Amino acid sequence: MAGAPHIEIRDLTMAYGDFVVQRDVSFTVRKGDIFVVMGGNGCGKTTLMRNMIGLLPPAGGAVLYGGEDFWSAGPEDRERLKRRLGVMFQGGALWSSLPLGQNVGLPLEEYTDLPPQRIGEIVSFKLALVGLAGFEELYPAELSGGMRKRAGLARAMALDPEILIIDEPSSGLDPIAARRLDELILELRDSLGATIVVVTHDLASIFAVASDSIYMDTETHTMIATGDPREALKSGHPTVRRFLSRGAA
Amino acid sequence: MTAAHSSAANRGAAGWKLDSRRVAEDELEIALAGRWSLDENLPSAASLDASLFENLRRLRFGAAELGAWDSGLPTFLAELIKRCAERGIEVDRSGLPLGVQRLLAMAFAVPERELARAEAPGGLLARVGTATLEFFRGAPEMLRFLGEVTLSLGRFVTGRAHYRRAELWLLVEQVGPRALVIVSVISFLVGLILAYLGADQLALFGAQIFIADLVGIGMVREIGALMTGIIIAGRTGAAFAAQLGTMQVNEEIDAFRTLGISQVDFLVLPRILALMLMVPLLTLYAGFVGMLAGLLVSVTIFDIGVFEYYNETLRALELRHFAVGVSKGLAYGAVVAFAGCLRGIQCGRSAEAVGEAATSAVVTGILLITIVASVMTILYYNLGI
Ligand SMILES: Nc1ncnc2c1ncn2[C@@H]1O[C@H](COP(=O)(O)OP(=O)(O)OP(=O)(O)O)[C@@H](O)[C@H]1O
Ligand SMILES: [Mg+2]
Repeated sequence: MAGAPHIEIRDLTMAYGDFVVQRDVSFTVRKGDIFVVMGGNGCGKTTLMRNMIGLLPPAGGAVLYGGEDFWSAGPEDRERLKRRLGVMFQGGALWSSLPLGQNVGLPLEEYTDLPPQRIGEIVSFKLALVGLAGFEELYPAELSGGMRKRAGLARAMALDPEILIIDEPSSGLDPIAARRLDELILELRDSLGATIVVVTHDLASIFAVASDSIYMDTETHTMIATGDPREALKSGHPTVRRFLSRGAA
Repeated sequence: MTAAHSSAANRGAAGWKLDSRRVAEDELEIALAGRWSLDENLPSAASLDASLFENLRRLRFGAAELGAWDSGLPTFLAELIKRCAERGIEVDRSGLPLGVQRLLAMAFAVPERELARAEAPGGLLARVGTATLEFFRGAPEMLRFLGEVTLSLGRFVTGRAHYRRAELWLLVEQVGPRALVIVSVISFLVGLILAYLGADQLALFGAQIFIADLVGIGMVREIGALMTGIIIAGRTGAAFAAQLGTMQVNEEIDAFRTLGISQVDFLVLPRILALMLMVPLLTLYAGFVGMLAGLLVSVTIFDIGVFEYYNETLRALELRHFAVGVSKGLAYGAVVAFAGCLRGIQCGRSAEAVGEAATSAVVTGILLITIVASVMTILYYNLGI
C-alpha cells in the first residue's frame, strides 16, 4: 500500500547550539505509512519532531512535505503546510487553562466555520476514540498522566490532519490502553488515510503498527538503520537488534 | 629486578587500608584491605600521590584481605580508573571482587557525555555586568514582542483578535478584587506617612490645613498609581510570568505555535487588557484610601475639622489630577503585564527557569514603571497638566 512520498527528510542535522544531536538523517515516509522513529533516550527523537513541525530550525538539511521544502518556504506557506500536521507532544501539552472539550475544540473553532453544536459533537467523538468519552468538562490538571496523553492525541486528531506526528504515545499508558492506541493508529491510517509518524520505545507497539522505521544511534549521533523493524530484528545492525530484543540479542 | 621496587601504605583511622607496590618496572599493584564503607572517611582518588603513576603502563588490584564494602569502594575505583584512562594506563580489574567488577562495568557502559557548560559568572561585579549586558541584548527581542503585542491590540480594537472572553473576566477578577486588601493596606499607610510628613513641615507656617492638598494631590496624581503599579508588579506580573513559563515548560506554547494559533492573542492580550482595566481602577481606589488616612490623621492628631479637610480637598483636587493618575495607572498596568508576559514567553524549560522568569518579571516591571513614570512626569510638566 505504498503511496507517493509524503514526507522527505534530507541530510538533516539537528543541534542545540554547538551540541549536534544527530547528523545526516535522511528518510522518506510514503502516503499511508506508519513510520516509527526509534532510538535510545536522548538520541534526538523529540528534537527531530521539533525540526519537522516548525519549532526548531534544523542546523542543516531539509524537511519536505509533498515535495515542498518546509524551512525555505515563506511564513505563509509554512503556516499552510503546518495546517496539514497534527502533533501530539510527549507530555500531552494540553492547555491548562481550558477544559478538555475546549482543548480539542479550539483548533476546530480557529480553522473551521462549524457551528458550536457540531464542534461539540466532533469533540465528543474524538475523545471517545481515545477512551475519554464524557471528560469534556475536566481540566488537564484533573487527569492522570496517561489520560492527558490520550487527550493530547484527541487534540492532534481534531482537524483530521493528513499527517499525524506522535511523540511516545504509549509510554505511561496501561497495557490495555496502549493496545487500544495501536488499534486506533492503524484505524486512522486505514479509514482516514492518514500518514503517521510515531516516536516510540514500545516494542509490542512497534511490531504491531510499523510499516517502516528509522533507528537513530545515541553514540554515533547518526541513523544506523531504516526499514521494516521485523526485518531489522532478524538481520539488521547489531545495535538495532539489541534494541528490538530489549538488549538480549 | 623482579621483586617490589617500592611499597607504600595508606590507612584510614579504623577500617580501610590501601597498599601499593611495583610488581614490575611499569606495573603497579594496589592491594585493598579492611572495611571500605562510606562511613569510614574513605580516601579520594585525587589524594593519591601522583608519583605512584609515573612510568606506569598497567595497574592491577589485590583484594585478598578486603572486608566489607559498599558503594564507597566502586566510587573510589571509578575515579581511579578514569585518571588512569587519562594517562593511558591499562587497568586490570580482575583482582577485584565480582560485585565491584559488575558495578564498575555498569557505570562505564554508557560513556560520559562531554558537555560544554556555560561558565558560571564569578563575583558580584561580574554578575551585575552580565545581567546588564543581557538586558540590552534582550532589547531587540523586547521590541519584537512589543510589535506583536501592538498588532494584537490592533486586532482587538478591530474585533479580530482570537481570545476567550471568559478567560479575560477570570483574569480581571484575579488581578482586581483580590488585590484590594493589599492595595488598601499600603495606600492607607502611605497616606498616613504623607500626612505626618506634611504636618511637620506645614506646622512651621501654621498651614496645617494644607495637609489635605498634599495628601489629596499626591495620592491621586502620583503615589496611588506608583504604589499600585509596584504592588501589581510583585503580585500579578510575577504570576503572569510563572503561568506562561509553566506553559512553556509543558509545551503548551509549542502546541499553540504548531497549530498556528497566536499565543499573543490568546495568552498575552487578555492579561494586558485585564491589567489596563484594573490598575487604573485600583489607582483611584488607592487615592481615596490614602485621602482617608490623611483625614484620619488630621482630625485625630492635628485637630482639623472633618468638614474643613473635606472642603480643602475638594478645592485642591481638579479633574486633571485624576486624569494624570488614571493615565499613569493605565500605563503602569500595561508595562507590568507586558513585562510579565515577555519573561514568561522567554522562559526556559525547567522549574528553575520558571522561578527566574517570575523574578525577572518583577525586576523588569518595576524598571519599566520607573522609566514610564519619568517620561510621563516630564511630559505632563511641560504640557502644564
Ligand atoms: N533545549 C535543549 N537544549 C540543549 N540540549 C537539549 C535540549 N533539549 C534536548 N537536548 C539534548 O538533545 C538530546 C536529544 O534530546 P531529545 O529530547 O530529542 O531526546 P529523545 O530522543 O526524545 O529522548 P527520549 O526518548 O528520552 O524522549 C539530548 O541529549 C538532550 O540532552
Ligand atoms: Mg523525547
